[in-house]
Amino acid sequence: MAAWGNFGAFLTGDAQADRVVPPTGFTARLTVFAAASMAFLTVFALALSLAAGRLADRWGSELARSSTVRISAPADQMDAQMLAVMEVLATTPGVLDARPLSEEEQFALLEPWFGPDLPLDTLPIPRLVEVNETGDGYDAVGLRNRLAGEAPGAVLDDHTRWREPLVRAADRLRALGLVSIVLIGATTAVMITLAANAALAANAQVIRVLRLVGALDVYIARAFVRRYTLRALAGALVGTALGMIAIAFLPSADSTGGFLTGLGFQGLHWLWPLVIPPLAALVAFWATRTAAFSTLRERS
Amino acid sequence: MIELEEVSYGYGGGTLLSEISLKLGPGSFYFLTGPSGAGKTTLLKLCYGALTATKGRVTLFGQDAQPMSRDEVALARRRIGVVHQDCQFLDHLSLGENVALPLAVAGREEAANSDLDDLLQWVGLTAQKASRPPELSGGERQRAALARAVIMSPDVILADEPTGNVDWEMSLRLLTLLVELNKMGKTVMVATHDMNLIRAAKAQVSARVLRISGQRLQLAGADL
Repeated sequence: MAAWGNFGAFLTGDAQADRVVPPTGFTARLTVFAAASMAFLTVFALALSLAAGRLADRWGSELARSSTVRISAPADQMDAQMLAVMEVLATTPGVLDARPLSEEEQFALLEPWFGPDLPLDTLPIPRLVEVNETGDGYDAVGLRNRLAGEAPGAVLDDHTRWREPLVRAADRLRALGLVSIVLIGATTAVMITLAANAALAANAQVIRVLRLVGALDVYIARAFVRRYTLRALAGALVGTALGMIAIAFLPSADSTGGFLTGLGFQGLHWLWPLVIPPLAALVAFWATRTAAFSTLRERS
Repeated sequence: MIELEEVSYGYGGGTLLSEISLKLGPGSFYFLTGPSGAGKTTLLKLCYGALTATKGRVTLFGQDAQPMSRDEVALARRRIGVVHQDCQFLDHLSLGENVALPLAVAGREEAANSDLDDLLQWVGLTAQKASRPPELSGGERQRAALARAVIMSPDVILADEPTGNVDWEMSLRLLTLLVELNKMGKTVMVATHDMNLIRAAKAQVSARVLRISGQRLQLAGADL
């Protein structure tokens, strides 16, 4: 309760204590600008991290539950092997359903590479079977062995080969976003510390006079800390608001939405940026308090 | 209240003060003299905890100053009013706010208005209450510094060349204020090289004159 009381007193402030430090235009503007810029960048780093997280989740969960069986066989054996594959899949625990792709679907898959005039019926194209798994999944090694026995031309592709690097990349991107946020926070702390140190150096006479009249360290420090915390809070509020507006005006995701078009916040994720201003104030509070007490210690 | 026992102080390998012993008792009045650079300001700073003795022991109100934290020194300083030659004001605050600053830092703002008005009247600065320090004359600044030094009703008043920047008439006026404070029971120590001021004070108050010479403190009453 006492801590909350102190925090409340810190927020409401002491008019006289605030006035003992003269207003310093340059460091004030520097602090507000630095906090606003850093908050703006943090909004984007946060959006990047959340979007990468969504991507990793999607690739990790949705694609993990689907796989493909590719049948490459001479034309006279193709139907027999297809039948064998479908029978094997139908009796494999963990397979939810299996469906051979139609010629039109296969043509649609190949069209981007070979153009619309591809004579599909004259080419020895492998047949594809789309397999969906149950939540528990199937035994891939066992299924491969059974397919090798029943349909020698069938190959199971469970997407692991290309899915895992993508999931890893998305996870790495999410981590990079979080690292960026930490670095931005540290940079904010450094900039505010420098600004606070400049203000403390410029106000050496104020500190001397306050010491002379019996001011405790906490009184002197509070006069600087409160000022810089509120400036960082104000700057971060502006930066966060501008960042959120910029994100809101990014192009929206469509059905073929790639990564860039899905960069914005979704649903409750819009609440995350609201954490930035109080965090910036906390960083400023810690940075200025450390700088102030360090200066007071050096000048004792 | 403030006691120095065989205190030495030096810096950069040199010694400025050596084996100084001094006891500022309640209600006493001291002048501290000596040539410029002899260590008068340093001795005053040792007395209010702004400097730490390199040897010996300084006691502030019964407490050894050496192991005291900065905050403990600050609390002790609330019982010591200090007047500097250069006054040391916050130029962006009004005279009234500067004089009331010790009350503000001690969290006693409620006492500020009544005490402040009485005090400004006593030092003759009521009309200048809203003025900024740079707008004041040297004498007004010195009187304001004295008002700030006594607003907390301290037990001890230490004044470092308080008449250094003012004319003789203003010097006598400041001296009168210091003597009045002493008669109210305050311990006063004034560092000055103005022997005329000391002679003038002798007519008003029973004061001991101390001289710093050759790094040591001597009783100099016989010289006057």
